[in-house]
Amino acid sequence: MPKLSRRYLHMAFFNLIWGITFGGLLLYNKGVPLTPLMWKLLPLHIELMLVGWMIQFIMGIGFWIFPRFWRSRGNDTPMRWAFWLLNIGVWLAGLNGVFNLPAQIFLAGRIFELTAGILFVLYAWRRIKPPGTGEWGKKRARTTTGS
Amino acid sequence: MPILTRLFIKTSFLYLIVALLIGVLLVGRSVWQLPAWLAGLSPVYFHLLMVGWVTQLIFGVAYWMLPKYSQQQPHGFDSVWWATFWLLNIGVLLRAIAEPLRATPSTALWGWLLAASAVLQWLAGIAFVFNAWLRTKER
Repeated sequence: MPKLSRRYLHMAFFNLIWGITFGGLLLYNKGVPLTPLMWKLLPLHIELMLVGWMIQFIMGIGFWIFPRFWRSRGNDTPMRWAFWLLNIGVWLAGLNGVFNLPAQIFLAGRIFELTAGILFVLYAWRRIKPPGTGEWGKKRARTTTGS
Repeated sequence: MPILTRLFIKTSFLYLIVALLIGVLLVGRSVWQLPAWLAGLSPVYFHLLMVGWVTQLIFGVAYWMLPKYSQQQPHGFDSVWWATFWLLNIGVLLRAIAEPLRATPSTALWGWLLAASAVLQWLAGIAFVFNAWLRTKER
């Protein structure tokens, strides 16, 4: 598993732990009320579970297992940027609900997430291809024989 | 495909069907004469889909596909994986039962069972991360 996938997965696990902790507190509070303030954790719980955990895990696994260009995964710069944008975006958007931050911060978080998603799709698009083809779908024989 | 993966995935399929059925009932309330308590199933519907189906599917595939922990223990600590499976499913089922029944006269009992389901699902998540983190490595 490449280093970048490991980074994605470890961060997904980190977000999962926080996501289930906040979700667990919310559910516990629903059964045995502790404080109404607990409900402020709901947006952060949703953001962490859907984007920080599930989407990030899928992106990391995709980078690992999608068909490669011979032995290379190509230029992974978009995936590196997507990692930071996604995680900053998740926490900005999630914490907004907890602390009642300005709407611009919530919006910034969501724009970061969108940008991360676009970068992932732009990167991964070329790797969704038949086996044995290069970056632009050319057969290997054509590139290796020079014909 | 190892047995625990098959168990995770097939159980997740069952949750998918049940969740979609609840989805039909939730919308069907506006068309058919259905009991009012069904409205309380809305969070159950969402969590059966996201925890019972998607998360459980991911757990099953992760058990199967992540790099081996070691030659002797390719999947990591199997007892912890089994604990993940049971904690998750007992937790999700308990929630599915306790959440709508909180509206009944014996609210306190169902409230405590709901709190117990929260603890069980949290433990399942921690147990999963323990094994999966150890297997998130180069090879």
